[in-house]
Amino acid sequence: MLLSRLAAALVLIGSVAAHASAQNLAIKGGRVHLGTGASIENGIVIIRDGKIAAVGKAADVPVPDGVRVLEAAVVTPGLVDVRGTLGVSGLYNTKHDSDQIENSAPMQPELRAIDAYNPQDRLVPYARSYGITTANTGNAPGQLISGQTLAVKTVGNTVDAALVRSPTLIVANLGPAALESGGKSPGTRGKQVAMLREELIKAREYRDRRAKAAAKPAPGVESDAGGSDDKSSSRAPDRNLRLEALADVLDQKVPLAITANRAQDIESALRLAEEFGFRLVLDMAAEAYLLTDKIKAANEGRGADVLLHPSMYRAVGETENQSFETAAVLRKAGIRFAIQSGYEAYVPKTRIVLFEAAIAAAHGLTFEEALSSITLDAARILGIEQRVGSLEVGKDGDVALYSGDPFEYTTRCVGVVIEGRVVSEEPS
Amino acid sequence: MKISIACLSPAGRLGVGLLLASLAFPVAAQERPVAFVNAVVHPVAGGGKDVPPIERGYVVVQGGKIKDVGAMPASFTPPAGATVIDCAGKTIIPGLVDTHNHIGGIGAADSSATIQPGVRVSDSVNPFDSGFRRAVSGGLTTLNIMPGSGHLLSGQTIYVKLRMKDGKPARTVEDLAVRALEDDTRGWKAGEIMGGIKMANGTNPMRDPPFAGTRGKAAAMVREQYIKAQEYREKWEQYDAKVAAAKDDEARAKVQRPAVDLNMEALGEVLKGKRIVHHHTHRADDIATVLRLARDFRYRVVLHHVSEAWKVAEEIKKAQDEGIVLGCSVILIDSPGGKLEAADLIMRTGAALQAAGAQFSYHTDDWITDVRLFLRMAALGVRNGVTEAMAIRSLTLSGAEQLDLQSRVGSLEPGKDADLVVLSGKPFSVYTKVEQTWVEGQKVFDRSIPEHRLYQTGGYGAGHDQQPYFCCYGQ
Repeated sequence: MLLSRLAAALVLIGSVAAHASAQNLAIKGGRVHLGTGASIENGIVIIRDGKIAAVGKAADVPVPDGVRVLEAAVVTPGLVDVRGTLGVSGLYNTKHDSDQIENSAPMQPELRAIDAYNPQDRLVPYARSYGITTANTGNAPGQLISGQTLAVKTVGNTVDAALVRSPTLIVANLGPAALESGGKSPGTRGKQVAMLREELIKAREYRDRRAKAAAKPAPGVESDAGGSDDKSSSRAPDRNLRLEALADVLDQKVPLAITANRAQDIESALRLAEEFGFRLVLDMAAEAYLLTDKIKAANEGRGADVLLHPSMYRAVGETENQSFETAAVLRKAGIRFAIQSGYEAYVPKTRIVLFEAAIAAAHGLTFEEALSSITLDAARILGIEQRVGSLEVGKDGDVALYSGDPFEYTTRCVGVVIEGRVVSEEPS
Repeated sequence: MKISIACLSPAGRLGVGLLLASLAFPVAAQERPVAFVNAVVHPVAGGGKDVPPIERGYVVVQGGKIKDVGAMPASFTPPAGATVIDCAGKTIIPGLVDTHNHIGGIGAADSSATIQPGVRVSDSVNPFDSGFRRAVSGGLTTLNIMPGSGHLLSGQTIYVKLRMKDGKPARTVEDLAVRALEDDTRGWKAGEIMGGIKMANGTNPMRDPPFAGTRGKAAAMVREQYIKAQEYREKWEQYDAKVAAAKDDEARAKVQRPAVDLNMEALGEVLKGKRIVHHHTHRADDIATVLRLARDFRYRVVLHHVSEAWKVAEEIKKAQDEGIVLGCSVILIDSPGGKLEAADLIMRTGAALQAAGAQFSYHTDDWITDVRLFLRMAALGVRNGVTEAMAIRSLTLSGAEQLDLQSRVGSLEPGKDADLVVLSGKPFSVYTKVEQTWVEGQKVFDRSIPEHRLYQTGGYGAGHDQQPYFCCYGQ
């Protein structure tokens, strides 16, 4: 009895400590959109120890004693930006804060976003103030393979504190943005694909040799150090970061996101995925509406996910044929997609997915579909839906509060919560 | 030719007479009245600052002009023979005026010098550029097409109306141009193509020589040229005086005529207040430099972009009261930064200017922002504190005032050009669509026509130049 009382006291102390870090909250909404397609009128979200403990009708779910209550007209899950360069391509756009592209070689899949993400960049709290709580960020298009991306929360003083998952994607780019000039390769679309195929074949051989070496009994391996001529194919290959990264792609541990806007470049991406069996994610995909059948048939019939270009991305050059209605076309075709903030070399230095999804909501998507494209579908594509993307019990307490329909131009974001902590309150 | 030019006053030296001879005023073909009825009408009349919309109103247009605007009486009788368009549930606003954009595939000053006032953007406009079709789909009717900001002075801008000509979108720059209606005191001659001058300071025009490398050098280079222009003007005044004083033809012929300098001619038009300076400027200190130069040389200027106008709104208002500044033409970008001088760009700039009593408009800067989303920019202003009436004014009449066109466009008042936009709903809702755009009494955009809708939503072919109209070819 005494023991159990002691235990209860300890538990209490534990929960008090959690209180002190203010990770308990109740959030009421005139309408609470769950991100799953469902919504609750006069709903409430209870967050305990940073996690969602309850979601329901405000009339049915009691507010725990002493818990701060936030209230807004509309409540949504914290938004998930499926692909951008937040914290990697910085506000000032100088060489000192621009780490989104490395131009020393056309294929560098080993470049990790975790080594570049700057959680202190001013654009991070800026994006957060509109409700973005999770951002997938990292290397931008502009080289055949520019590197990796990672998912972070838009809070935390260090990348480790912000980290959700790394890597989330390895990013490649077909088409004019990744062409070299002056006699350097790749100089044509054909060369781009040839180079990718060559590298993926190398990676396949590397992976196979590695697997073979791992399967072989260990004795004798070290004796090779004596410089014998025995070039046994069962010897483990020297470590090669580049090929290791691509081997993870071939093993479907990490998807290969291929930036491709013109239909011909999208087709090349689909052809590569079929040949090498990696999990293809299409990035940008301005002309995706021209070949929805093929996209749907990709990845052995599971379809290729699309990280759709920002709705308001500039319609020039290879994106000249983009449409405000592509999201609706993909939805109708049953292709999973999420709307991204993308990369901008100039202004706006970061786009805000809330704004981009709003345009799609005005051009054929329903409200809930548009919301899913920047919450749950984005989380699913990145493989982080166990933690973020919807207001469901057990997930992180990441919530955005709005003064009205979040997609309306004149609605303001009036509060942002990450893991139960209020991180933005000034209306944006 | 040279002799005849010599006989003209300085304003006529550039062949305005030839322009006059070749132009035909774009007379609207539309003679039958059109009555738009049952709409929520935002006339932006009487200065437009706090005028509430007419909840159930009508607009009658005829001969390319607004005839009548008002609240629907119990029994509205349209003019005889009028085409009546029922706009129940819709909103009508004046055609949008974009004081700063770059559509038309334009290019003016080249890299040979940083100050090139003699170069005209009008000599580079491609009327078939799909940007014009996107613009009307966004409700734009009057544009100031500008050269870029990579020079301290990159050339002469052109004011255009996205009008129809012979039943088709205008196909030449002459047909797009806004022309002076009559000779005026600022120096415009009737029929002359109107425009301003584009200037820039801050980091965009900073480059290696012959461009300026510092802000101090930039201002010095500008001052040098305007001083030259003053001297050039004096030379011509002396010449004109001597010619006028000459006793006879023989004496007149002996007066030595100064050489015509296109750059100095254009700067002279700025000094006279004929051409408005449209000045790219971001940082508060750069804005102050624009004000200093404009005060020193007494020219009229519109401050464009003005990322940090919110820091110096009172100073801008003061210069406005002095008649130096016509207003601010504001751009809102979805995030700050992208370059150092826009690091402090905020969404509240419009509200700050409104609070200071400073005149302001918005502009698209297309392709920086998209002409199809111009309404959105003012809506973001409303989101951040601009009143709705002022936001509509900022897209229409305020822009017109910054181009000296407020007597012709920018509001729905009798006698003005019949430029209007029919919206599917409230002006500042994301769900609202531009349904129709009318310029000078003719419909230039109709969302129900698939070829028009393509440019509004985007899609395959929307980025290509508009197909030329081969009327009657092979017939």
